[in-house]
This record gives sequence, C-alpha cells and structure tokens, in this order.
Amino acid sequence: MRRTVGALLRKELLVELRTLESVPGMSLFAVTTFVVFHFALNRNVVEGDLAAGILWVTLLFAAILGVNRLFVADAEEGGFDGFLLAPVDRSAMLLAKGLTLLLFLLVLELVAVPAFALLLLGPSLGQALPGLLGVLALGDLGVAAIGTLVAALAVRTRARDLLGPLLALPLLVPIVIGGARASSPVLAGAHHAGPSARWMLTLGLYDLVFGLIAYALFDFLLED
Amino acid sequence: MPALEVEGLARHYGEREALTGVSLSLQEGQTLVVFGPNGAGKTTLLRVLATLLRPHAGSVRVLGSRLPEEAWAVRGRLGLLGHEPLLYRELTARENLRFHARLHGVPDRRVHELLELLAMDGRSREPLRTLSRGMVQRVAVARAVLHDPELLLLDEPHANLDPAAVQLVAPLIGASSGRTRVICSHDPSGGLAEADVVLGLRGGRPVLLRRAADVDAAEIAELYR
Repeated sequence: MRRTVGALLRKELLVELRTLESVPGMSLFAVTTFVVFHFALNRNVVEGDLAAGILWVTLLFAAILGVNRLFVADAEEGGFDGFLLAPVDRSAMLLAKGLTLLLFLLVLELVAVPAFALLLLGPSLGQALPGLLGVLALGDLGVAAIGTLVAALAVRTRARDLLGPLLALPLLVPIVIGGARASSPVLAGAHHAGPSARWMLTLGLYDLVFGLIAYALFDFLLED
Repeated sequence: MPALEVEGLARHYGEREALTGVSLSLQEGQTLVVFGPNGAGKTTLLRVLATLLRPHAGSVRVLGSRLPEEAWAVRGRLGLLGHEPLLYRELTARENLRFHARLHGVPDRRVHELLELLAMDGRSREPLRTLSRGMVQRVAVARAVLHDPELLLLDEPHANLDPAAVQLVAPLIGASSGRTRVICSHDPSGGLAEADVVLGLRGGRPVLLRRAADVDAAEIAELYR
C-alpha cells in the first residue's frame, strides 16, 4: 500500500510540476479575489467574522479549481485503466489523490494567507497565525476528503467541469462555516484568543465522517 | 485448463448492445484473432476480458478466474495494449514505466531492459508528448509486458509502428513470446498468420468462430462488406 501510494503521489507531483495546471491557478485566483475584496469593500483592514468569512470563502473557491483538475490527467490519458489493471489496493488512489490535494492546499495557503494579511487583515498575522494553522489544517483535511470523492465521481461524466463544483459546493459549505466560525476569534485581534473549540470539534467530526464515506465509496466509483 | 472460457457473453452501453451471445474457448499459449468492422465490439470484448468492463450476461473465465467476481486474481496476470497507450504525456518514457513497475512490484532493471530492447533508451528521458506516435506505441508495448503477463490483450498492436519497430516488439508480443494472446486486427492475411483461432464479429454478434487453419482471407474480407 505504501509503495503504491508513494508511486501515485510521485506521479501526481511530477505531472503538476511539469504542467503547473492547478496550484498556480488556485493561488492566483485567491490573490486576485483578495484584491477584489480590498477594493470592493473599500476597506484597508477587516477583522473578526468578516475577515474569517472572506478568507474561507476565497480558499473554498480556489480549492474547487484544484478539485476540478484532480483526475483530469488520469481520465484523459488512460491513467485510470493503467491503475485498474494493476494488482493493488484501490484505496491507494484515494489516499494519494487526497494527499495531493492536501499538498496543493498547503501551497495555496502559503501564498494566500500572507496575501490576505497584506491586503486585508487588520490584526497582525504573526499574532493570528498559531491559532489559524490548526483551523486551516482541519479545513484542509475535509476539503481533501470531499474533493477527492467528488472529483472521482465527476470525472467520468461528460459534464465534469459543471458537475464537480455543483456536487462539491454543498458538501464543502459546512467546512467554510466551521472554518470561519472557528477562526473568527483568532482574526478578531483579541490578545491570547484561540480558535473556537466547539467549531474545531465540529470540523474534526465532519472530516472524520467524510473521510470514512470517501473510504467506503471510492472503490465503487472506480468500478465500471 | 483453458486460458479463456466465454459463454453467452453480452455487454451493452445503455440501450445499445455492444456484444451479444459471444462464446469461445482458448487454450494456454494459443492466439485468438478477432476481426470485424469498426463498432463490431472488438474493443469491448478486450475490455471485458481485461476486467475493465463488467459482463452484463453470460459467464467469463480468464486464466481460471470468474469475472467479475474474481477480477482481483487476474489483474497483474494480463497485459492490455489498447488504442490508448495508458501513459502520461507529461512524464518521460522512463518515468511512466517506473510508475507502472512500482504498481506491479517489478524491479527498475526490467524498465532498463525493455527500454534497451525497444531501442528507446536514447529518448527515454524526454516527455512522451514530444515523441512520435510510433515511439509512444513502443513504450506502450513495454508497459503492457512490463510485469511479464501470461495473457496479452492486443488491440491493433502494430498501429503506428514502422517495419523495424514491428520486428523490435515481436519477441515481446509476437507468437515467439509464448504468451496466450487475444488480438484485434483489421489485417486479414497478417492476422490469420498469427491466429490459432479466429473470431469474426459484426454488430456485436459472433458470425465466425473457427480454427485459423480452416479460414481463408476471403472470408475475413467478407466481414467488412
């Protein structure tokens, strides 16, 4: 299993490094959206609920771009069939794709969070970052599980570009709500304020449920 | 034990019947050549035998395992060379083959051997999208036999290959490979020369199933009229 996941993950990263089709687009989208918010709200700084809402909604839509591209190379270049012909556990693909999406989200956030701090965030990023990291990590896990599941479902349909976001958005909204509510106190600028424990727990449970659903369903999605 | 036993196989795509009532048997080491015009169901038959499509009716045994229930036991024992090379365009030939080698638990030295055998070692570090179709087909042949499969499923295996390349791939996918083979072909004389058993399909239905020795090229040509 570890060997298969390693081979798949290496292939995913090589393809992304060669094509640069996902991560640059996701990052550029996020930065552009922050610029739009900056001018549309006509505010130099935001904090608290508003800051958390802007950050999570932007990350959600940027993530959708990555989700939509997640299986495209496999579907278009026969990678699915190549994988299905190998005597390996099919869950390896779920794990490898989930890890790939997780890495894409990590790089996205390395660009997007400093850009958000520069363009919009009132409180200092250094102060908010320790609390924000945990919330982002939990949000990313959920996006990776749901995104991989939805992408595998949508990629085999003709309307995958439409179906992917349509299926993913309703399932990802609870993550945006949880992420925004959990990180709101951190982005409010209050000293020593941590993320909301209740919303962190909600996010964690949501991640767990969808991680299990993805594990249970993924094999069937790859079947004829 | 026969390598392939198919009885009353049917497969449809929605309302359209792609295969109906296909029955055949093939012994180990033998070659079945499937003829038929475009849309006759040749590729569908290969994909069912490769475990990529479920049969909708009938029974299919491949290398002794019943499909689709025991498909897991067959994967890894068969090699598929279809219209698509099942390779990533952005990866090099070597990276693609190493990827498949890891999936099949094959050591890297087998990748080097095959690249050398197919005279691809000189271009093996270039992305596949920069190679000619013939070169990509050579890499696809290497992928199909990387794990030394017992059964080869070949859909027009010589497509895009020049005569020299056909000679190069012969030890791997030709009769001398000693493997059981199912070949889809549009070349009556070339196909007959390779076949032990001939299956003719038209509109998804078998219209010819005989020992190759009892079939002449004119009968095959008739399938396409």
